[in-house]
Amino acid sequence: MINNLVSEANRLSGQEIDLCYHCHKCAAGCPVVEAMEYGPDRLLRMVALDQRDAVLRSRDIWLCAGCYTCSTRCPNDIDISAVMDALRKLAVTGGYPAGERDALLFHKLFLGVVQRLGRSHEAVMLGLFKILSRVPIYRDIDSGVALIRRGKVPILPKKSGAASDVQQIFRRSK
Amino acid sequence: MSYSFYPGCSAHSTGLEYGLSTLATFQHLGLELEELAKWNCCGASSAHALGHHILSLALPARNLAIAQEAGRDLVTACAACFSRLKKADHTLRNDPETREEVESVVGFKFTGEVTVRPVLAVLYEDCGLEKITAHMQRPLTGLKVVTYYGCLLVRPPEVTQFDDPDDPQVMTELLRAVGAEVKPWSYATDCCGAGLSLSRSDIVYSLVDRLTERAQEAGADAMATACPLCQLNLEMRQSSKSKMPVFFFTELLGLAFGLPEVKNWWTKHLIDPRPLLRSVGLVK
Repeated sequence: MINNLVSEANRLSGQEIDLCYHCHKCAAGCPVVEAMEYGPDRLLRMVALDQRDAVLRSRDIWLCAGCYTCSTRCPNDIDISAVMDALRKLAVTGGYPAGERDALLFHKLFLGVVQRLGRSHEAVMLGLFKILSRVPIYRDIDSGVALIRRGKVPILPKKSGAASDVQQIFRRSK
Repeated sequence: MSYSFYPGCSAHSTGLEYGLSTLATFQHLGLELEELAKWNCCGASSAHALGHHILSLALPARNLAIAQEAGRDLVTACAACFSRLKKADHTLRNDPETREEVESVVGFKFTGEVTVRPVLAVLYEDCGLEKITAHMQRPLTGLKVVTYYGCLLVRPPEVTQFDDPDDPQVMTELLRAVGAEVKPWSYATDCCGAGLSLSRSDIVYSLVDRLTERAQEAGADAMATACPLCQLNLEMRQSSKSKMPVFFFTELLGLAFGLPEVKNWWTKHLIDPRPLLRSVGLVK
């Protein structure tokens, strides 16, 4: 089995990245392209050219909001969102520092809460995010207080009745 | 008609008024929603974003298994939950190898008898515009809105199989059926920034500002949406001083139906919509 970046990303995502002919439709429609280093079309080319370090360290794979605009518009039906999922997985398993540290932290905290409780729980997740992220701790305090006052962020989680099943799903999905 | 209802985590938290207004409008229209017993989180974007492929399908598939037992179509209000439930359903229908793996992780046999549907589709297809207009007590005359779908109700279209991915019409038609003045615009399916809201709020502020500016240009005084994360971002990440109210479309249906509960929904908003509603004579 060949282990260059494109074959690994193809295998994980079920896509054929080599089909890209660089029409730039993905980059034109991407809502976060302005904040990216390369943008989705250049990133696909870099994957094809096996530029593993640059791709897996880039902030672009973490800035992708998963909106599926690129996947929907690609004339060659490459599901670029699925490629981004695969690249994030390769970055994490390869031990690359996330190009957007707090984006990775958010996903990890979210899944950690779901694994324990069976459902999401904003108060726990947001509290941990505030403590562990590099986002200034005072940011969004007013919105947080407003949400709590409106009864929209329950402090204690309700029992979902799903926790043990969900823990088993997490174990078996490894 | 009766359905299994998957509220999703946000209907019990940040999207509280979406859950409440969905239940109230369905009840008013004689559509029965029974909450799925012991449902679990669908994994949202995080499970697939970290490349946990099987987990991202098995978490929603457990809910499909419960819905299968209940034997009714599975209806969900949240756009992200819809996306994940529908993705699992689509994969289980079309990829036998993955189906076997997911079935063994969850411990069930997929029959494909249950259809996953967004609230919008049920109201449009099963209830229909005529019946919705017939239930109208108070037309939303003078309320100028744009309808905003966000990403996950319509993309990727081969999975969602709902409405037009570039120019969706269902929410527009539903709100026009109760007299709202829905303005045409080109940004109904642009992204609000979704889960980047916490880690990169700067990006989400700029996306949300662009959306509200375009909505104003279109002549709207408010936005109507069908996604709880979009609604939260749209309310929380407007940087201008004058804030544009953002409704769940079900709240506007409830208002038009004359439901007494509506007053409990307005107070849940981060941007109080009552001054706007007062200005067009829709609340006192």
